[in-house]
Amino acid sequence: MAQAPALPTGFELPLEPRLPRIGSIDQVAVEERAATLAKRSIKRDSKVFALELAVRMTDLTTLEGADTPGKVAALASKAVRPDPSDASVPSVAAVCVYPNLVPTALERVRGSGVKVASVATAFPSGQSPLETKLDEVRWVVEQGADEVDMVIDRGAFLAGRYAKVYDEIVRVKEACGGTRLKVILETGELGTYDNVRRASLLAIAAGADFIKTSTGKLPSAATLPVALVMLEAIRDVHEETGKRVGFKPAGGIRNAKQAVQHLVLVHETLGVDWLTPDLYRFGASSLLNDILMQLRKEKTGRYQSPDYFTID
Amino acid sequence: MTELERKQDRAPIPSGWEYATAPESREIVTLRERYGHFVGGEWLEPAETYTTIDPASEEPLAEVGQATEKEVQLAVRTARDAFENGWSALPGSERAKYLFRIARILQERSREFAVLESLNGGKPIRESRDVDLPLSAAHFFYYAGWADKLEYAFPNRKPKPLGVAGQIIPWNFPLLMLAWKIAPALAAGNTVVLKPAETTPLSALLFCDVLRQAELPDGVVNIVTGDGRAGAALVKSEVAKVAFTGSTEVGKAIQRELAGTGKKLTLELGGKAANVIFDDAALDQAVEGIVNGIYFNQGHVCCAGSRLLVQESIYEPVISKLKRRLATLRVGDPLDKNTDVGAINSRAQLDKIEELVRSGEEEGAEIYQPPCRLPEKGYWFVPTVFTNVAQSYRIAQEEIFGPVLSVLTFRTPEEAVEKANNTPYGLSAGVWTEKGSRILSMAQRLRAGVIWANTYNRFDPASPFGGYRESGFGREGGLHGLEPYLEFE
Repeated sequence: MAQAPALPTGFELPLEPRLPRIGSIDQVAVEERAATLAKRSIKRDSKVFALELAVRMTDLTTLEGADTPGKVAALASKAVRPDPSDASVPSVAAVCVYPNLVPTALERVRGSGVKVASVATAFPSGQSPLETKLDEVRWVVEQGADEVDMVIDRGAFLAGRYAKVYDEIVRVKEACGGTRLKVILETGELGTYDNVRRASLLAIAAGADFIKTSTGKLPSAATLPVALVMLEAIRDVHEETGKRVGFKPAGGIRNAKQAVQHLVLVHETLGVDWLTPDLYRFGASSLLNDILMQLRKEKTGRYQSPDYFTID
Repeated sequence: MTELERKQDRAPIPSGWEYATAPESREIVTLRERYGHFVGGEWLEPAETYTTIDPASEEPLAEVGQATEKEVQLAVRTARDAFENGWSALPGSERAKYLFRIARILQERSREFAVLESLNGGKPIRESRDVDLPLSAAHFFYYAGWADKLEYAFPNRKPKPLGVAGQIIPWNFPLLMLAWKIAPALAAGNTVVLKPAETTPLSALLFCDVLRQAELPDGVVNIVTGDGRAGAALVKSEVAKVAFTGSTEVGKAIQRELAGTGKKLTLELGGKAANVIFDDAALDQAVEGIVNGIYFNQGHVCCAGSRLLVQESIYEPVISKLKRRLATLRVGDPLDKNTDVGAINSRAQLDKIEELVRSGEEEGAEIYQPPCRLPEKGYWFVPTVFTNVAQSYRIAQEEIFGPVLSVLTFRTPEEAVEKANNTPYGLSAGVWTEKGSRILSMAQRLRAGVIWANTYNRFDPASPFGGYRESGFGREGGLHGLEPYLEFE
């Protein structure tokens, strides 16, 4: 008889003994619950509150091969002052860029309170040697990035090598030092909600400060059911250990209505404590202008042409 | 410090996120001050009337008729005439045309009906809009499809209609129960006298408008309103069949009354369903299922999952998740689109719930109710969970028909089956497990007419519904739902 495979090291997660089990997700029921929450009707004051909060929670993002210092500078200026014609609109939480553009972004946001996040670890595929990934992380931290958005090795995860995924996150976390670490699961490649939950708990156990849905490079990204599954994982960890982990849906959130739906989801799953940029971010680019447009509509009662909002 | 930083320092830290009210407009519904009985396509001026109210505000909505024996008999005679002079001889495809029309008109006027259903019954608009109305229309569509295929539905059995069906429906899903009753009766070629519940007659009365709009021949559907006296008169009258949905007590009385008369009978009565959660279930979704099972429609559901059976090894996480979830239920104005739990249907029902909840506390169960602001007027009850419940307590035995859950535990599948079946009822049950084989073995052993696996309170017109033992007999929905409205050679 063949020998039973040894348990992968690292999978006896530090918090697993206290969680009843990884558990599973019922696809039909979780999609139904997300759809129900999406029907909440958010109007007037509560809508303005949500929209302003969404601005403060935005990680304004550009991750293109064609990114230049000029492009990033423009984006960073927008991050500081999203709506030049309305001083009451707050700055966004951060700008999110490729490593090479961190210095440019830092220069532009200096003194504004807006943070600079950099993707790292061979974004978006994560298919590089660990040492290369760690070097990249150390480099962006040295440059002064405030936050690091890493990707997990989906190849290893789907091959069942959870320990490798876990250990990598632990090493990246070490390389980050005190810099905030967001772990991108790229849920669109994980295939099932069960896997999304497993990867969420694994990333949290390995030290993630935030878990993030997607790279934005896939058509299927931050759907509401995926967000719900990840929020429930965060909730279970908080209930069991008291640890507060942040959440960042990214990719596919293009309009204000979707953003409000995501906020309802977090509000009714984790409560008001998570309604802060310290624990919740939107990874987005085109979302911001739609929010600005909706905000101005709520304030003036009229929609304005997109020409009145800057394209950066 | 830049100006921007100073501004952000002043920005208030969010302390909460109150959703602004989002009420659905009442304007779409036009109510008359006074309604009669709908007999032979005309409004019959009633001899007596009573006032029907909005249970969320106790405001009167309209005066409606309290049918006398004479009025009921007139309605039954009218239905008999319509049956003999035309309707029963119509080809099935013609009957189908009317049913399709009714279904489409219900869809077109669904917002109006949804608002009225919430107004008169107290249920949240979210549920009347997303559940009651789509399902009501779906039932008419479904049975419209059968009307010209009865010979194929029951091959070599020569199905024939019975005559006049007397139908008595409850107040928990007024329009949906009307659809469950009228659609198969008409598809099978019968004519109908229907009595809606005393507290919720308005959607049935608005439905008369739909019948006129669909140009259904006069007298094929007649609607009389009133309390139990009108129902009793209908049972005693010259109907060929009685279909009743309501309490077990009344169901038994009807069965006694009909014994030996040769009238056909179907009963859909109470329940005390077990919702069984195994330790391998998807917990967060199971908790949603528990909530949907017992707090849906304020627990005014005959198949409500009112007894929660949790495997002891996951008792603590399930209860803590459940309590947390209860705190997010939004109780209040039924017409607010964000309301999850609406008003209790009547003063009498509220009294009954309060009495049973007191008995639960007295018998020693531990009560949990989330902090909750209730409106001052109207009939309300906070969603409630009882833990530490013994099988012998009244709250574990009797149907409460309100937002009150009793929690029991079990250790093994055998014990779960034993406890779940230990009730005189047998309407429905729920099973939550990731293990397919366990679903099948539980479904075989649970004595209930409907068993849901990893979901709860899910309905479809194609799926038969009904119970056994004290939950009644006969099936509604699906092919099975036609049979009680037909006789065979």
